[in-house]
Amino acid sequence: MSAKIPLAQVPEGFFTERDPDDLDCVAQGGFCPSWILENFDRYVDPFFQHVYLTGVSLAIGFVIAFALGLLAHRKRWLTGPLTAVTSILFTIPSIALFLLLLPLTGRGNTTAIIALVAYTQLIIFRNVANGLRQVPSDIVDASEGMGLTPMQTLLRVEVPMALPEILAGLRIAASTTVGLATLAFFAGAGGLGAEIESQINFKSNVVVAGGLAVALAAALDLAVLGLQRALMPWRRAVAA
Amino acid sequence: MTELAIIGDFFSAFEFIFESRESRAGTVQVGGLEEFGQLTLTHLALSFVSLAVAVAIAVPIGIYLGHIGRFQFLAVSISNVGRAVPVLALIAFFIAFVGIGFANVALVLVLLAIPPILTNAYVGTSQVDPDTVDSARGMGFSERQVLTRIELPIALPTIFGGIRTSAVNVVATATIAPYANVETLGIPIINFNVYGGTGQLAAAIVVALITLACDAGLGGVQRVVTPKGLKLAANPGGAAKRRLFGLIPRRSVQPS
Repeated sequence: MSAKIPLAQVPEGFFTERDPDDLDCVAQGGFCPSWILENFDRYVDPFFQHVYLTGVSLAIGFVIAFALGLLAHRKRWLTGPLTAVTSILFTIPSIALFLLLLPLTGRGNTTAIIALVAYTQLIIFRNVANGLRQVPSDIVDASEGMGLTPMQTLLRVEVPMALPEILAGLRIAASTTVGLATLAFFAGAGGLGAEIESQINFKSNVVVAGGLAVALAAALDLAVLGLQRALMPWRRAVAA
Repeated sequence: MTELAIIGDFFSAFEFIFESRESRAGTVQVGGLEEFGQLTLTHLALSFVSLAVAVAIAVPIGIYLGHIGRFQFLAVSISNVGRAVPVLALIAFFIAFVGIGFANVALVLVLLAIPPILTNAYVGTSQVDPDTVDSARGMGFSERQVLTRIELPIALPTIFGGIRTSAVNVVATATIAPYANVETLGIPIINFNVYGGTGQLAAAIVVALITLACDAGLGGVQRVVTPKGLKLAANPGGAAKRRLFGLIPRRSVQPS
């Protein structure tokens, strides 16, 4: 309860507060549980925007990387060039990639999703290609001997055998994408990062928005792990 | 937007790097080689200090843990935990709770850089074939000689792989240091009102080029420190054939 606050600097949420200690807490940019309870609403939309960016990027990224992985499995010589290209994409910092795409695709979700998809490629592609390559050749021979066509061998034998590795890649891609999506506000796509950035000195804000991002990463990780157990009842989940 | 306008955007961004101009409000001169040089210097200094401290901490611990072959769970899962915490949240947390300035940002970057280096140092040292270590012992090598003459040389490429990943991360993340009052190349990116879209794009180009150069440079170092025997073992068909795509050696996974 120290100095008076000039009206112009009254922070948002000031007039809804009653307890003078809380006023002080918010004014000093502190960690204020009661402010968090009363203002939690404002994080709902950014949170779902974050979920949207992450979910769409992972879905598109998985489809493309999985297809590339299958392609590299059939045409081995493509593995090197595809790894090289995805590695270079992977090295460019996300903030720079968001900004470099702006003149091409403009501000908004499209730009953010293109960049986020680009970052999933190396992780998922490499795990799909490695997983398929590690399937023992005896098993592939046996399935061919039983009269399976190459397509049946792929879908019924090779892909199921490679699932642990493929899903391990998806787990890594999921937590990575949640983290990178906090920078999507540079592409004008909002998300939890925009909330963090808007009041970066306010402890309550930083803890809630940052905490939600970490919680989302953990939840997605568990979801993929659950998927792994559901898809492979014959096998205990393998750590990422 | 037409192709010409897009090319124009990138062209004026390059111009922005070399020639200063009036800011958007028209009050000060922004851009130009002098300002970008200064920002780049601070950017590199911050990155270098952070990376050096992280290497000094993480490499000895990782090698030691790998040598004694214990705490595998800890050494490997530190990378997974590190990945789940967004860098923006980490920097914001430090700004709000610890403080701003060069030392605080450097501390954040050190925390960011440690996990990949530690994990790679651990994995590199512990993956050395036990038979190789046994035969070294059988030849009368002391514990110290086993570490410095057998395990370290074999682990060196993997250790440098971790340093390379962290270096790229640190250089990329130093871009958001201006939130904590450190004037890196993030200044034109974050102060859109002063520098405009052209300044943003110019800084993004410089950051991307520095990161790619850093990655390529450390990739070169990684190849140089790879013992001849390992190169031959990985590549029995001769060095020339795989050189083109071998340009990007194996590395741990973490974009920034």
